[in-house]
Amino acid sequence: MQFLDAVRLALQTIRSQKLKSGFSLLGVFVGVSSLIAAWSIANGVNRYMTEKFAQTLFGVNTFQLRRRPMFTPNVPDSVWRAWARRPRIRFSDAEAIGEGLTIPVITAWQSSDQVTVTYGNKEARDIELTTASERYFDIKNLRIEFGRAFTGEENRSGAPVAVLGEAVAKRLFVDRSPIGHSVRIGGIPYRVIGVVEHQGSILGFPLDRFVVVPALSPAQNLVNPPGILDAFLVKAHSDVEMREAISQAEGIMRSRRHLRPKQDNNFVLDTSEGVQRFWAGISAILLTVIPGIVIVSLVIGGIVIMNIMLMAVAERTREIGLRKSLGARRTDVLRQFLAESTAISLLGAAFGIFAGMGLTVLINALSPLPASVSPTSVVMGVILGAGVGIVFGVYPASRASRLDPITALRQE
Amino acid sequence: MSQQEFRTGDTPLPDVVILTHKLTRDYEMGSETVRALRGVSIQIRKNEYVAVMGPSGSGKSTLMNLVGCLDTPTSGEYWLNAQKVSDLADDELARIRNKEIGFVFQTFNLLPRADALHNVELPLIYAGLGAKERRARAAQALERVGLGDRMDHRPNELSGGQRQRVAIARALVNDPSILLADEPTGNLDSTTGLEIMGLFRELHDSGQTVVMVTHEQDIAAQAARVITLRDGLVATDQRQAA
Repeated sequence: MQFLDAVRLALQTIRSQKLKSGFSLLGVFVGVSSLIAAWSIANGVNRYMTEKFAQTLFGVNTFQLRRRPMFTPNVPDSVWRAWARRPRIRFSDAEAIGEGLTIPVITAWQSSDQVTVTYGNKEARDIELTTASERYFDIKNLRIEFGRAFTGEENRSGAPVAVLGEAVAKRLFVDRSPIGHSVRIGGIPYRVIGVVEHQGSILGFPLDRFVVVPALSPAQNLVNPPGILDAFLVKAHSDVEMREAISQAEGIMRSRRHLRPKQDNNFVLDTSEGVQRFWAGISAILLTVIPGIVIVSLVIGGIVIMNIMLMAVAERTREIGLRKSLGARRTDVLRQFLAESTAISLLGAAFGIFAGMGLTVLINALSPLPASVSPTSVVMGVILGAGVGIVFGVYPASRASRLDPITALRQE
Repeated sequence: MSQQEFRTGDTPLPDVVILTHKLTRDYEMGSETVRALRGVSIQIRKNEYVAVMGPSGSGKSTLMNLVGCLDTPTSGEYWLNAQKVSDLADDELARIRNKEIGFVFQTFNLLPRADALHNVELPLIYAGLGAKERRARAAQALERVGLGDRMDHRPNELSGGQRQRVAIARALVNDPSILLADEPTGNLDSTTGLEIMGLFRELHDSGQTVVMVTHEQDIAAQAARVITLRDGLVATDQRQAA
């Protein structure tokens, strides 16, 4: 019997037993669709994280001097307490590094906290107030849509001027221009001089609910004690220069903190790699959990297929006997049943691929998670589908092929 | 008996289609050994029409299975068309069943989901023929048994006699050396049975070798030669006027 005949025969049998075949491909269907969907989410988020997230939060070729890392997955309490005991970053630390670096860089101070911003009787709650120096906008790549950013002069003099995030401007001023109007930030009056371009959201967190004011302006007391800042941002021209700047900054800080060679840093020089490592941790978990789910459902699917094929062999004993009496060899019978189980599970895989892709599109549309179908997962789906059909089809098929034609023919 | 005595080591005469020599077949039934055949030696020549008779338990089904290459003997020789098949392997036997033997069963044994044409095509599929040639030859075989207008009917759309005709067409489609029928009229009413017997006669007249197992005297009466088995041995072997 030729291969094509076996395939045609398998498809005929499947078509004539739609319900049974439908049930038997369910397991593979679930396995493959969850594989595709989960893989797509991991894939999409992964790309998003490496391409966009890290750079939005840190900026390109930028590092931050902080008391503790910005992203801290699964940190035990003891470590957290140790971080809390560390000395904070002072204005003087920032100044010393700014002066000490021999690499050309741009730098900015940054401290943040949640405040309420009001205009007349309108109110915007839970707004991130950032007190920063003037180059903050360049480092964070925040483009001004209306008005202007504050200047170095305004920063040094502590002028009460504010640049609003787009959502804050919308909330307080709706369609009118906020430029020149006076708002109260945590109760302190500020004059609006600019609005930042729309930033969108990241994994569902809105990025436009902020207001930036000069680091030395009156609101500095709302975010940190005097002379203290959350982070000192340093942006270099290239990755190499950034690394060099990091090592210089480390030396400066260690000598300022009087750390002996054997003592660990009691500060961090955080880069976007930190975020990426954080994400890598999460995706590693995802990528160990997903295969687990997939394998379980594929094994279940395989067992279902095996059972149904065993039933089919029992039901069709007479047919097998007849085929053998007409000249079917063992391999012919084996091939027939293997083709059938493989076709069933490939069919399940095909439906699963479509469902997984549909799921991906849905997730993209309805949730903040960015998902994109990875071609690898589709290929994997097909391979796994065929594999399940073959692996779990071998036993029933070999049972069928070994049937004795005489006994098989005699069976009622 | 005009046949010469066959000895171990001989080869059959060229016109002998079936030759069994001291054929035995034992079955293990639990701890007991059932000796279904205890040394059957027969020769059947080309274009003979032979009926095999005997009470149940006489070994006629066992003999049929051996002759049909569905089973292998415990000892003895079986020559089919001058080829010694008693010691062939599984796949070789499958090939012989496919090419040399046309089975007709009491219960027809058609595939219920396939139409007449596909049922007749089956042996050709296992012979490895291409689809086009298969269809042409299957159609030809169906026409030969008078079912040229029923090719696309499924078994449940056919009468018992028509079903048996489909089965006969299937048996003939590979041009077998022997047509091996096991109680071919057992599931048919007497009129239809007579029609089927007429068809067998026609096939015999056109040169086909026919071996038929039956327990009905008047069916056996149609054959030119009747072999009777008893207790695993040939009891009588008679030629009769047709």
